[in-house]
Parts: sequence; C-alpha cells; structure tokens
Amino acid sequence: MITLARASVGEWLNGLGRIAVMSRDAMGSLLTLKVTWKDLVYQIYFIGIKSQSVVLVTGAFTGMVLAAQAYFQFHKVQMETATLALVSVSMCDELGPVLTALMVAGRVGAAIAAEIGTMRVTEQIDALRTLATHPVDYLVVPRLTAAMISLPLLTLEAILLGISSGYLVSTKLMGINPVFLYNNMLNHTGDIDVVFGLVKSFIFGLIIALVGCYKGMTCGMGAEGVGKATTEAVVYSSISILIANFFLTLVLQRIALMLL
Amino acid sequence: MIEVRQLKKSFGPQLILGGVDLQIDSGQSAVIIGRSGGGKSVLLKHFIGLLQPDAGEVFVDGENITRMDERQLLRVRAKFGMVFQGAALFDSMTVAENVAFPLERQKKYTPAEIERRVAAALEMVDLPGAQKKKPAELSGGMRKRVGLARAIVYEPQILLYDEPTTGLDPIVSDSIDKLIVRVRDQLKVTSVVVTHDMRSAQRVGHQVFMLHEKKIYASGPPEKFFASADPIVRQFVDGVADAKENIF
Repeated sequence: MITLARASVGEWLNGLGRIAVMSRDAMGSLLTLKVTWKDLVYQIYFIGIKSQSVVLVTGAFTGMVLAAQAYFQFHKVQMETATLALVSVSMCDELGPVLTALMVAGRVGAAIAAEIGTMRVTEQIDALRTLATHPVDYLVVPRLTAAMISLPLLTLEAILLGISSGYLVSTKLMGINPVFLYNNMLNHTGDIDVVFGLVKSFIFGLIIALVGCYKGMTCGMGAEGVGKATTEAVVYSSISILIANFFLTLVLQRIALMLL
Repeated sequence: MIEVRQLKKSFGPQLILGGVDLQIDSGQSAVIIGRSGGGKSVLLKHFIGLLQPDAGEVFVDGENITRMDERQLLRVRAKFGMVFQGAALFDSMTVAENVAFPLERQKKYTPAEIERRVAAALEMVDLPGAQKKKPAELSGGMRKRVGLARAIVYEPQILLYDEPTTGLDPIVSDSIDKLIVRVRDQLKVTSVVVTHDMRSAQRVGHQVFMLHEKKIYASGPPEKFFASADPIVRQFVDGVADAKENIF
C-alpha cells in the first residue's frame, strides 16, 4: 500500500517536472519567436473561430438563466433592478471565464491531446525530430499562443452575450424597468471586473493548451493510449481551471484592494 | 561516421541492448539484422538521438551525442534522414507538403526552388505527379517512397531505414531495395538499414551486423556473412525455427 502510494506520488511529481520542462521550452521558443505565423493563424482559427458556437450558446444561456434566477430571488425583497448587476459581475468575474474555459477545454483540449497523441503513436513526432524540428516549437508553441490569444477574446464574447441576453430576459420577460436595470449594472460593475475575467481567461488558455499538449506528447501506445490521453486532458484541464480560478480570485482581489 | 560504444538500454525491467559496439564508416552501407523485438529499431533510434542510452556512448562524426539535449541534437539531426517502418508521414498534409516540410523549416529556399526540389525527389522515388495526394490515399509501398523522398530532399549525409520492406509484397520490396541502392550510389550517403529481410540485406549492404542476445553477435561483408557456418547465423539466415515437441 505504502509502496503503491509512493509510486503514484513519484509518478505525479515526475509528470509535474516534465510539464514544467515543456513549459520552459515553450516559453523559450515563444520569446525567441520560433513560431511560424501560418501555424499560429491556423490554431487561432481552430481554437478561436471554431469554438464560437459553443461559447456563444454557453454565454447566452448562462446570462439568461442567471437573470431569471436573480429576478426570482430579488423579487422577494423588492430588488429586481439589481438583476443585471448580479448577472454582469458574475459573468465578468467568474462565469464568463470559467464556463468558457471549461467548454473550450472539452472541445479544444481533447482535440489537441488526440491529434498530438495520434502523431506520437504513428511516429510522426519522431519524424519531426529527425527532420531537425523541435516538437515543442512546432506543436506546442502555436497551440499555446493561439489559446492565450483566443481565450480572452472568447471570454469577452461570452460576457457580452451573457449580459445582453440577461438584459433581454430581465426587460422583455420579467418586465423590469430598463433604465434602473442598466444604471444599477453600471454602478456595480467596474473595469476591474472585466480585467479580472480577461486575466483569468488568459491563464485558463495556457492551462488548456499545456495540459492538452502534455497529455498528447506523453500518451501511451495504441488507440487505448490516445483515448486515455484525450480523457485525461479534459479532466485534468477542467480540474486545474477550477482550482486555479479559486487562487486567481484570491490573488486578483488582493491586488485590486492594494491598487484601489 | 557512426560509432557506438558499449550501448546499453532497458525499458523498465526488460534489457533490450546489453553492450552494443559497432562502427559504420562514412559512405558505407550497413545492414543491421536480427530477430523481431531484438532491439534493432531501438539501436537505430540511438544513432539519431531519438532514444537516450542507459549506458554507453554514440558518436556521430566524432561528436558524442549521448550528452546532448534536444536543442543541441537538432544540429546533429540535420545530417540525418530517416525512413520509418510505417513511413510516419504527416497525415494532415499532402505528399508535396510532406516532402517540402524540411525545406520550409530551413527557411533558405524560395517557393519555386522548394517546388523544383520536391518534384525532383518524387521523381527519384518513382512517384512523379503524386504531389497533391494525401497519405491516406497511398499504398504501403507508396507511403514508404514518399517517406524516402522526404528524407532525401534536403540531401542528408546519413540515411537511416527502419525495416523499409516489412509488410510489402516481394515486387514492391524489390523496388524499395533498388531505390535504396540508387539513392546510396547517386547521393553518396552513409546508409543504415534495419531489416529481417535476408534478400534485402544481401542486396543493399556493404557490411552486415547481426544483433543477437542483446549484442552484435556477428558482422562482415555480405558475401562472407551469408556464407558463415556459425549455427546461430545460419539458423537466422536460413529462417529455421526451433522445433517444439508439443504444440498443445
């Protein structure tokens, strides 16, 4: 039992070490501009443009359900006009970045792990090495950069759509006065809330791409290995996003208190 | 020149190579033979730094590559071309993009020059006009030819072939053998061919190395090696299995 626990802790630490080395290589490559624009543009298309429908639906319906729930609760204490303020702050600080990241982790993280994993199993990564190409430069850096660019933009979209759909539900379905609703939202939502959301989404993008690439690059042999890597990429990146979100909230709030 | 000294490699508890020594001179064509799962491909991957040994050293043109990190190895790997057992073509790219890949990464050729070199490489492997095909549309033999075109397009000094004729019919195998000899003679490259196809080994090698019991058991020029009276060499060359008294 103790031996088993020791082995799994050792394996976990080994994995952390390898992901750290991969991150260092990727950052080094990024700083020396080894990324090719063609690959980067394609990855932005794949991660950013092709995730539009998922993110738009998630943002819109999250804003709508949040507005409906907030209205039902606020209505009991005659505070309906605060509905959009709650939607706005929640979407900017937490739900926008977290739900967008979780949706993208499911779609993009899995695809990255499956693609790179298949390349590993079919010796395409070895082929890259023999062609004097560092796999991190060619496979990791474009995906990492594209995710760090795309996630904040997708999050911004989800926030805007969430607030807009929340506004529509509040005014058209619940019949709240739009002027009070809008003013209350502006009073309670600061620029800092939007900045929080964007900073978080930038880091979530980094997590999704790193975990997906790492799981692909280290996947086991055969179809089973690729399947396992794909599942683990989604599970680990989702868990990492939720854990990172908590610590980011604490750190960002502390920084905001110091600055404001 | 490739030199291997006391190379040892294990995967987990399983010892694959237990102190291999060999030397392949520049311009020479070496064939490594041995039983399936005997460590031939593992040995080949050490030549180019795809695997790191547990002990021992690998020298390429006098340079010890066993202590090099991935980035330092990129410089050494530029001397090599490798043809993989399953071709390892990039399946998201067309044939032309696959072959052009190393040239585009080097960033020293114009698009017209790349196109000309790709066409010449495909011509050399008897696949003219296959530029627009995807790897999935190709047969096993064609995939290996494209893999070879990709390996020779940037004119490397050393070519490594990992079981180039495995899984191919005798006629396609013969054409691949002829191709290996043609590339060797026209480009004057050092070739290392890993195979368990005896006919192929006799045709393409200047020197044959036999891997047995995790070490180089026998070596020599093909005419001498294939005439050997050593029982283990004979058993492998003649393809005679140990008789099992009871099957069930």
